[in-house]
Amino acid sequence: MKARAFNYVKASTVVEALKAFEDAQDDASYIAGGQSLVPTLALRLQAPQLLIDIAHIPVLRGVDLQGDWLRIGALTRHHEVLTDPLIRQHAPLYSEAAPHVAHPAIRNKGTLGGSISHADPASEFPAMTLALGAELEIASRDGVRRVPADDFFLDLFQTAIEPGELLVAIHVPVVRPGHRWAFHELARRRGDFALVGCGILAEFVDDVVKQVRIAFFSVGSTPLRARQAEEALIGKKLDQAVIAAAQAVVGDDLDPPEDEHTPPAMKRHLARVLLGRLLGEIARQGA
Amino acid sequence: MSVLTPLDRPNSYIGRSVPRPNAKRLLAGRGRYVTDITLPRMLHVAYVRSPYAHARIVSIDATTAREMPGVRLVATGEDLAKLCAPWIGTMDHFKGMKSPPQLPLPIDKVVWSGQAVVAVVADTRALAEDAAEAVYIEFDELPAVVDIDAARAPDAPVISPELGSNLCFHGKIDTGGVEDVFAGAAHVVEEEFHFGRHTAVTMEPRAIIADYDASEGQLTVHHATQTPYQFQDIYARHYGLPESRVRVIAPDIGGSFGMKLHMYHEDMAVVGLSMMLGRPVKYVADRIESFVSDIHARDHRVRARMAADAEGNILAMDVEDVTGIGAFSAYPRTSVVEGNQVYRLMGAPYTFRNYRADLQVVFQNKVQMSQYRAVGHPVACTVTERLVDMIADKTAQDVFDIRSRNLIPDDAYPCTSPTGYQFEALSHHACLAKLKAMMDYDRLRAEQAELRTKGIHRGIGIATFVEITNPGPAFYGVGGARISSQDGAIIKITPSGDVHCSISVTELGQGTETIIGQIVAEHLGVDSNRIKVMTGDTDTTPHGGATYACRGAGIGGETALQAAKKLKANVLAVAAAILQDEPEKLDIHSGWIVDVATAQQRIELSEIARIAYFRSDTLPPGTQAQLSVAHHYAPQGYPFAFTNGVQACHLELDVETGLVKILKLWVVEDCGRVINPLLVDEQIRGGVVQGLGAAFFEECVYGDSGQLTNGSLADYLVPMAVEMPDIEIGHVETPTLDTQLGAKGVGEAGTAAASAAALNAMNDAMKPFGRTVAQVPMTPARILKALGHI
Amino acid sequence: MSDLVNVTMTVNGTEVSHSIAPRITLADFLRQTLELTGTHTGCEMGVCGACLVILDGRVVHSCLTFAVQASGAAIETVEGLSDRAVIADIQEAFHQRNALQCGFCTPGMLMTAHALLSQSGVPSREDIRDALSGNYCRCTGYEAIVDAIEKVARDRYAGANASAPEEVGA
Repeated sequence: MKARAFNYVKASTVVEALKAFEDAQDDASYIAGGQSLVPTLALRLQAPQLLIDIAHIPVLRGVDLQGDWLRIGALTRHHEVLTDPLIRQHAPLYSEAAPHVAHPAIRNKGTLGGSISHADPASEFPAMTLALGAELEIASRDGVRRVPADDFFLDLFQTAIEPGELLVAIHVPVVRPGHRWAFHELARRRGDFALVGCGILAEFVDDVVKQVRIAFFSVGSTPLRARQAEEALIGKKLDQAVIAAAQAVVGDDLDPPEDEHTPPAMKRHLARVLLGRLLGEIARQGA
Repeated sequence: MSVLTPLDRPNSYIGRSVPRPNAKRLLAGRGRYVTDITLPRMLHVAYVRSPYAHARIVSIDATTAREMPGVRLVATGEDLAKLCAPWIGTMDHFKGMKSPPQLPLPIDKVVWSGQAVVAVVADTRALAEDAAEAVYIEFDELPAVVDIDAARAPDAPVISPELGSNLCFHGKIDTGGVEDVFAGAAHVVEEEFHFGRHTAVTMEPRAIIADYDASEGQLTVHHATQTPYQFQDIYARHYGLPESRVRVIAPDIGGSFGMKLHMYHEDMAVVGLSMMLGRPVKYVADRIESFVSDIHARDHRVRARMAADAEGNILAMDVEDVTGIGAFSAYPRTSVVEGNQVYRLMGAPYTFRNYRADLQVVFQNKVQMSQYRAVGHPVACTVTERLVDMIADKTAQDVFDIRSRNLIPDDAYPCTSPTGYQFEALSHHACLAKLKAMMDYDRLRAEQAELRTKGIHRGIGIATFVEITNPGPAFYGVGGARISSQDGAIIKITPSGDVHCSISVTELGQGTETIIGQIVAEHLGVDSNRIKVMTGDTDTTPHGGATYACRGAGIGGETALQAAKKLKANVLAVAAAILQDEPEKLDIHSGWIVDVATAQQRIELSEIARIAYFRSDTLPPGTQAQLSVAHHYAPQGYPFAFTNGVQACHLELDVETGLVKILKLWVVEDCGRVINPLLVDEQIRGGVVQGLGAAFFEECVYGDSGQLTNGSLADYLVPMAVEMPDIEIGHVETPTLDTQLGAKGVGEAGTAAASAAALNAMNDAMKPFGRTVAQVPMTPARILKALGHI
Repeated sequence: MSDLVNVTMTVNGTEVSHSIAPRITLADFLRQTLELTGTHTGCEMGVCGACLVILDGRVVHSCLTFAVQASGAAIETVEGLSDRAVIADIQEAFHQRNALQCGFCTPGMLMTAHALLSQSGVPSREDIRDALSGNYCRCTGYEAIVDAIEKVARDRYAGANASAPEEVGA
């Protein structure tokens, strides 16, 4: 179980990285933490000619408050997501999800940008990116663009990042007074990819749901917004009946694949249970 | 004056918690595993494997691969067949069993997905893998035989046509009268049980280095195995080498659990590759290869029923077991042993006499199935104990009461089970009583009732068990397998009075070397830190059975005990000659020859050794000091030393999600004389957790075409720290009288009953919903299905 | 084939420099090139935890890092921690409690224990089990490992409290 041979280059700037990719005629991969990439190389599921190490590019680092947005550098490691006070304060769903991302040693090396651009539909961070309504800053040879999370996750392991482009930073609109949030996942073992997981960010005015973003993971080929469930909540107070109404429709929001050990009916059932528990928790936050 | 306990005597080590001296090396990162070993000019092999479960090999094109950098050899089945005689995994005492001949690599067809077909040897493993990708094999896919029922259908494709069918073995046991008992019974319970395939997942994968030196015709194999003597015999016979020219060395082993005592095709091939190249060749299975080539275990479907009278006295059992074993029977221990133990261990703790069972062992296009920790026990135990609980339900009795009523009384021994197992002395009732007190059962039941009113659903399950240990030649030898049930030890005193013991039982981390050191120290009369124990090298230790079926302490320990006594007699004879005293009046304490009567020190052992080795001229004429002894011991009393015990599982079920929190496990176990409580308890804990893995997580899942769909450590779920409970252990000690030591085995007891206790606990938790489960692993999907949520 | 690259890193306090193929993982580099075989590989995909080492002060999987990525970094393995005697109390507690059997997972367990015990306070048993969530052990059933780590945590805490007044007074 050894990777195929490849060449390696360490980039010190984004431009250098982009150019190396272009020079390799797209037969290249960026590597940052490598916690998802290296196993696929070891298994020879991928075999790029060139690995471009982006882990030492300064502009990809750091967490800064920029007005109403929190900019999180793509190289921010999972353990930093877990402990960073700015993220805890302004993008708390990331902090709450972080302990559930794999295991301590993986969190020491894995990066937030790597997780989001890998876009595993069973991963916590891509789904929380959706729930937080973040925007993704992507660099290419043509410049930099920002893509809203809702337009970012396209299909299984496919995002709006084009070949050769590089995720630079995640911009999160900061949570404000009136926001409530909750995260939970159901996993068979600590650190496993969840059977079903969900993060919810809701804005309340006088106990009435003004806006809400419900993002599920492990229930389809991408992280998914539960739009019908969201609709069922808007303009309502979170009482038992309203929660039940959201639970009643959430199954239709999801698209779990056929799987003998976690059949779609099971995923939908678990999603209903999870949604009920999370909305109950959010309701209690207002008490 | 206070009374001295046996532990207060000098050099009293048996019964003490002695930490393992050899563990310090492992803690310092200085272990020497086969995976760590590099030999001069060593090459590495990678295998090209079959993507199909069943296919004809049409052609093999290795032209490109042979030209790739660093490649030294590309070998096929035909190449190796010229060197290696085929093997057949049958034993005579399984009447009518059959299995096809096997070769290191196949010649004309593949019979499971992942089977190694072509060997590529190169300077590094990475280069070998590069070239393996360039070997082109054309296959003609055949219909795969996957399901155990489809395999036995009249029109099923037959994997080995020369055998006539896909049935490897059909066994029947019938004590008679079973139909009549069932017809007249007040209560009959019945269930169909499913036991998933699982596998050993040792931390260190299989690893082997074969080093053939053509100049003197010497084969040295560094082999991560628990049974080096067995492999010495196999390599010598199948490669036509004199046994004296085959040396198998088993250094530190990164876990085995029965998995590393079977003949694997890749391992056999490595020997041939080294002979072809005249250079050392190393093979380390990577984790992906482990899942498709290590033996799997279990995979049983059992239909069973139990009859009881109106009071809940169990009257009879009727069992039908079908098990799938892969495309052939494993070598040299066969793949029938597990099924054989399943249908012979059913109901073993109980008094009923009427029993009928049918066992069918079925070929299929999957990885070979064979012995893994607690062979057959978890299946027999789970079936029996669940049915006992169902009788308890029918007769409205508590799970402890139904067992008290039916377990063989502690004073009823010796006795025999309906299937013919002979029990010397067991302690079911003493264990049951101890368990009930340990777990504070009545409080747990009260708490359970209270929590149920709050929507919290906890379950309590218990399971009694027996375990087969210390097997005699009835296990393998009578079947014609060249697997020893005896062990040998050589103990010698060094010139400075230290003690060196080389013995045929092997060390896998369970603590063999430690307990052998304890036994030798106690029975020779020296400090244990002056003893060095050596294991795992066929050139330097006597031939023996090594480690399997929980025999290390009971048989290896007795061997060491008798050898130490023999050596002590020799030492005292020399000492008596020097001291001009009688040997009977002398003893050895802490390395000193002492007077038996006064305990007065007379002469130091090191002085005896000095005189014997360097100043034999000063010994009385005719005295030839024998300060080394060789001794063998083979069990001769009962065919097996049965142990017994009982386990309890306490868990909490989230009835909405099907997820489970295992709260606690309790085990009361009787393995006879406990030599080292620290090591015994950790054997039990480790065993329990493997049983819980089977109960909740572990399963080799196959698709319809015979593909293993979860063959990686990310997809196959092993038990991890967060999900596993603390485990409380108690002991009852009923020593076997077959040996002076009195010890029985303990390594498999934890695994034997943990999944049974867990299944009973789960059914207890689901009781308010009137739902049940009879399949392991108990995955969330299966629980949700049982609860009617999906 | 690929170009060889020069890597220079500090391993257990000593600078090492080698020209290697980029595809060599840090685990294989340590085990094969430097013959530091205390670090083990059990799955080569970051699941079992046998290959954990310390890279620039944090515990990582050496099987999920290519050696070239670690060029310029400081690595410490079980051999280094043993030689520096910084985990001597953990090793002793593991030994006394028999918190290892085959020993193959043990170097990784020691890395996790060392990292956990380097934080302040006494972790609960749940904290310890959580920290061990990525370390697979097939032999022990984990309880002895949890016990050993818990004992060291308590002993270190008691020791730190006992010695605190002296430090203040010094």
